[in-house]
Amino acid sequence: MARINDVGGVEGFGPVDTADDSEPFHADWEARVFGLMNALRAQGIFNLNEFRDAIESMPPGEYLAASYYERWFAAIRTLLERKGVIEPGELDD
Amino acid sequence: MSGDHSDATIARRVRRLETLLEEKGLLTGGELDEAIDSFLAGASPANGARVVARAWTDAAFRSRLLADGTAAVRELGSMEGSYQRLRVVENTATTHNVIVCTLCSCYPLRLLGPSPSWYKSEAYRSRVVREPRAVLAEFGLELPPGTRITVWDSSAETRYMVLPRRPDGTEGMSEEELAGLVTRNALIGTAVL
Repeated sequence: MARINDVGGVEGFGPVDTADDSEPFHADWEARVFGLMNALRAQGIFNLNEFRDAIESMPPGEYLAASYYERWFAAIRTLLERKGVIEPGELDD
Repeated sequence: MSGDHSDATIARRVRRLETLLEEKGLLTGGELDEAIDSFLAGASPANGARVVARAWTDAAFRSRLLADGTAAVRELGSMEGSYQRLRVVENTATTHNVIVCTLCSCYPLRLLGPSPSWYKSEAYRSRVVREPRAVLAEFGLELPPGTRITVWDSSAETRYMVLPRRPDGTEGMSEEELAGLVTRNALIGTAVL
């Protein structure tokens, strides 16, 4: 069965926001998440395929509601919890 | 995008994770800055533009580029990650190419620089494979009805880059001047030159 990320050909997402274009990161935390993903990968905590899988297996509602780097952060949390590096809920307020 | 409130929440959580990882010895101060800086320094559409300008001025290189993009860009020192294959697709008078990653955001980062947000959006990913002509029109690109459009869907293994057509009236230009004409969107295929 297709996962939620498999959106090719799906209707209803509206026009492309072509103006959302130039900056690689909208906010500093997005850059930090980018750096975290690369640092953890480089250390072998997880690999790229595990990371992609963690994004692609997000619950559909959460996936669609999340921005690009929110998905990245969710995937990092999932993998770190699964591997016992952090405790579930350890990052929550 | 998320509103300010959720932005502040996630920013706090990211900081908390950084602190936790530092306490556990999995992250050292400055490591993230280094990762971010080296990413931004090594990834630029200027790299892709250099490849295009060489292809426009060197027919043998152009042939090698279209036959094996991975090996050809390596000749110019623009290395894509060694785990991927780069395929360069050429626009002609009657065909136009455009790239996408319907599943996520695969993209030849070193050659094109950081990908624009719209490339990672559901709207672009879902629609460009179904109605490319309409999506290209949203970028202001109206192609003649007779032009054949091919959409290339990237994967974890294969990345694509468009070789745009060389603009008319550029015969006297140097390779460097030609590279200056090439835009990121022309390398994606959402613009022509």
